[in-house]
Amino acid sequence: MTNDTVLKIPRITPKNMTEKEFFYGHKACAGCGGSVAVRLALKVLGERTYTALPAGCMAAVGFIFPQMAFNTNALITTFPGVASMASGIAAGAKALGQKDFKTVCFAGDGGTADIGLQALSGMIDRDDDVLYICYDNEAYMNTGIQKSGLTPYGTLTTTTPAGKNIHGTKTNKKNLFEIIAAHDIKYAATASIGYPQDYINKVNKAKHIKGATFIHVYASCPTGWGTPTNTSIEIAREAVDCGLIFLAEYQNGDYKLNKNPKEFKSVKEYLTKQGRFKHMTDADIEQVIAYRDMKWERMRRNWNS
Amino acid sequence: MENLKTNKIFISGDEAVAHGVRLSRPHVIAAYPITPQTITVERLSEMVENGELDSDYMHVESEHSALSAAMGASSVGARTFTATSSQGLLYMVEAMHYASGGRYPIVMMNANRSVALPWSIYGDQRDSLSQLDSGWIQVYVEDAQEALDMMIQAYKIAEHAKVLTPMMVNLDGFILTHTYEMVEIPDQAMVDKFLPVFETPNKMCFENPKNMAFSSQPDDNTEFKYQQNQAMFDAIEVIEQTEKEFGELFGRNYQSMVEEINCDDADAVLVTLGSITGTVRVVMEQLRARGLKVGILKIRYMRPFPEKEIMALSHKIKAIGVIDKDISFGYEGTIFTNVNSALAKSNASIFKKNFIGGLGGRDITKAEIEKMYHDLLAGITSNNQKTVEFFNLKVETND
Repeated sequence: MTNDTVLKIPRITPKNMTEKEFFYGHKACAGCGGSVAVRLALKVLGERTYTALPAGCMAAVGFIFPQMAFNTNALITTFPGVASMASGIAAGAKALGQKDFKTVCFAGDGGTADIGLQALSGMIDRDDDVLYICYDNEAYMNTGIQKSGLTPYGTLTTTTPAGKNIHGTKTNKKNLFEIIAAHDIKYAATASIGYPQDYINKVNKAKHIKGATFIHVYASCPTGWGTPTNTSIEIAREAVDCGLIFLAEYQNGDYKLNKNPKEFKSVKEYLTKQGRFKHMTDADIEQVIAYRDMKWERMRRNWNS
Repeated sequence: MENLKTNKIFISGDEAVAHGVRLSRPHVIAAYPITPQTITVERLSEMVENGELDSDYMHVESEHSALSAAMGASSVGARTFTATSSQGLLYMVEAMHYASGGRYPIVMMNANRSVALPWSIYGDQRDSLSQLDSGWIQVYVEDAQEALDMMIQAYKIAEHAKVLTPMMVNLDGFILTHTYEMVEIPDQAMVDKFLPVFETPNKMCFENPKNMAFSSQPDDNTEFKYQQNQAMFDAIEVIEQTEKEFGELFGRNYQSMVEEINCDDADAVLVTLGSITGTVRVVMEQLRARGLKVGILKIRYMRPFPEKEIMALSHKIKAIGVIDKDISFGYEGTIFTNVNSALAKSNASIFKKNFIGGLGGRDITKAEIEKMYHDLLAGITSNNQKTVEFFNLKVETND
């Protein structure tokens, strides 16, 4: 990124990051990746933040009256309306003369790519001063692991059972990042909690951009994925290393791959260690790899990396 | 009444709403266009453009987002406005319950319009009457002047600390939204005096961060809902006070929850809601001139409901008819159901009849209204009529 102001923004690292906790005492499952994404982002964004969350895991575990888990201003929004409610917060606070604040959304994959997509599109269209973070655990986890528009091919969920006739989810993930970038948004990025410094940098960059910004962060879910609770960071890292998840940015009309490995780690290894993919046949796995290669070929060809 | 200047202009009901909103100085307007509400939001956009109105006009992509955005703005203490109609109102239903439960004092204009299917852009009141249980205060106006005046009153009522409940101002699609009347535009300074800047403790701010719009468990939920219901009952007194204060300042008085017209000595009373009241007034005067003791109960507020007024009236009269531009399929008109419940509580044994009509924009004529009064007067002595009747029905029926 040559023509942005990122170099002037003070870098935030685990060493100089605030010790204050803004998302604390919640009831998320052990090893929850979504809560890591929320916790880190709020540490970057700081106290002058309005936080909006639709129905979903983080709303369900953070606002159980009277035990409120956010130390900053926060509210639960309508499920389809997180982006519009956040837009309203930003507009209302601005109209009241407030300055130097950020409004942030934390929504799951279903809340973003399915039911919340229309409102998100409106928010980007208006270029409202809101950072929208989608924590993607690849299914409706809060309601009990049902398929969403970001559930990848082959995944076993409670609405895409893996049997003799159908091997789990039949469709690929929606290209959410590209859908968002197609709005010509000021800034969009993908990230993974497995690469926390990269994620922190991207949140920090978005924080300093006035207008609509978007981060799609890959966030593991031991409960829904059938993985040990102590491997959440590791598995989110492995998803990137095997090429099924990519780290990229879109800014000023340009796409950029932040990580463009010469060789990918084993997809099979990544898949077979997770309960949700255990049923997949070699042919299924071949199909996942073929789709990955097609996507990377396209990204490398079209994106300025 | 002080410094009452006359500043009358010839405008439509939709434009009257826009002026009422402008005078109320909302910080944020979030709206999605739908016929016959559109002129209101077009005028507001123009007022923002030309600087008459200092509001953030948000071009949202749906009604659901319109109300969600209004809630967001309200959650930080901003005064907000939205407007809709019919299908749009139904599209925001989830957010309507959300707004009332969150106690966000949003004011919304609803242009009453029929609900599909079949598609119809014309007026009846099935849209808002289907939402009586959404927790919003609902007021219905008779003309453009009342529409303007109620926008200003609505903020004062909704934002009152004892109320903190969203409020819907309903005006009949086309009959009011698109017809022109001479409307008095109040003086901004007087409106400012009547309606001070919105202050609420129920907001997020950096001095005292809050978590709002949270979850509740079975142990707490009933108490939240009890408080919400209580606020609606408390609104009755606030409505009465606001009406009185408005009347003193602006010289127009709408008699709070209901307006009783010639009810004191009446044998038969027709209950009306919205613009139809104007036509019924004319018929009622004509019948009075012929010596018939007839009156009108114009219901203004459907929520909270004017139960007390209806119970008191039931002891004075012999027959009551309810005009419903609405039908709850498989039962009767929704206004009738509500009126009947109050009558049952007063143990009044008077003749009752529900007149269903005017659906999808069909005119209700003076002749039809006259027949309603005659039906009611006949019912006092011999009860051989159907309780619920579709009037001016153009199909053959077996009954």
